[in-house]
Amino acid sequence: MNVAVCEYGAGNVRSVVVAFERLGVDARVTSSPADVAAAKLAVLPGVGSAASAMEGLRERGLDAALRERVAAAGSTLGICLGLQLALEESEEDGGVPGLAIIPGRAVRLSAGRVPRIGWAPVEPGGDVFYFAHSYAAETTAAVSRSEGIVAVAARGSFVGVQFHPEKSGAAGARFLARCLSRA
Amino acid sequence: MPLPRLIPCLDVAGGRVVKGVRFAGLAEVGDPVELAEAYSDAGADELVFLDVEATLEGRAALKGLVARVADRLAIPLMVGGGVHTVGDAEALLSSGADKVSVNSAALVRPALVSELAARLGSQAVVVAIDTAAGEVWSRAGTERAGREVVSWAREAEQCGAGEILLTSIDADGTREGYDLEVTRAVADAVSIPVIASGGAGSARHVADVLQVAQAALLASILHENPARLTALRHELRKLGVPLRDAA
Repeated sequence: MNVAVCEYGAGNVRSVVVAFERLGVDARVTSSPADVAAAKLAVLPGVGSAASAMEGLRERGLDAALRERVAAAGSTLGICLGLQLALEESEEDGGVPGLAIIPGRAVRLSAGRVPRIGWAPVEPGGDVFYFAHSYAAETTAAVSRSEGIVAVAARGSFVGVQFHPEKSGAAGARFLARCLSRA
Repeated sequence: MPLPRLIPCLDVAGGRVVKGVRFAGLAEVGDPVELAEAYSDAGADELVFLDVEATLEGRAALKGLVARVADRLAIPLMVGGGVHTVGDAEALLSSGADKVSVNSAALVRPALVSELAARLGSQAVVVAIDTAAGEVWSRAGTERAGREVVSWAREAEQCGAGEILLTSIDADGTREGYDLEVTRAVADAVSIPVIASGGAGSARHVADVLQVAQAALLASILHENPARLTALRHELRKLGVPLRDAA
């Protein structure tokens, strides 16, 4: 298996699998910690609430599997809620402890219309990606931003993106291809 | 703010793209997967499939259609029509939809919006509102809902809606321009994105409504013709509308 896409009851994982398949790699949905450990690239997608998502990860033992994988330098990509879950904490649902893979916390967006939905440029680079979120990361691990909001955060072998590369057309496909080439 | 969005809307029935006149005389106009891909290539920022029949048999066909389209598309997909329960919405999302829109069912039972938002997240929940002369209409514009449009939009937001899809029945199909007045009234009253629908006849109309709404739904102006979308995006850029470059 090349790419393991974590399925833990949080949203549309099919689109993520399909996006990798379009790049010609073998991507599979899995809830198995062993698959997550063995994959060349593990992907933590997710939409919805932080509390129920963390519960879903714990029930399947995926929380520990993801922490161990990153500690062992295994390439891991978090998408949208997957980025927020990797932080130490989310202020959603009255405060939810995260995986603490990267420092910082997820805070509710306070400017503009929320949810923040639509395509927006990410700097540096200027590529335009699709966002759909009400919370965003506050972290010292930020590597790029969109309208001041953390768009990509990275620490060790973990990269988290606030946007949806699987829904971001050609720019998203190029981003996923870069993730694969670094994995 | 993210860039303004152009969202082609395709009517489907029994899993096929159809074109009807006032919901009668539905004729198949094209293969949904090919049409969706062509719109995506032409620069659509998002796509909507609206199930105009939403029958029980149609629902299974819709799920199949969503799966086939989502497997080929790399842009967001909204699906509306016939969502009455969280289970209906979850089935569409697990087939590959990114958001669902609810209309009549939410008017009957606003708690549906809260339930959807709690389970799927607000970003996946669109409340569609059909309005004429400030009133809300349900069941595809055939019944008065007994609500005023701005207060219903506010209530939908409070219930957890992530976007409002606002259709002016007065403007729909006229190609004389969006109803800017009602669109502005709703956009000013809520702090979630508003998608304007009904009345697009020219690039100027779309540019004007994108001054007050965050996205424009495009239906009859495109005539199921993706080439028209390419031309429209070009015209809008010349009018100074900052659209994304889809390349």
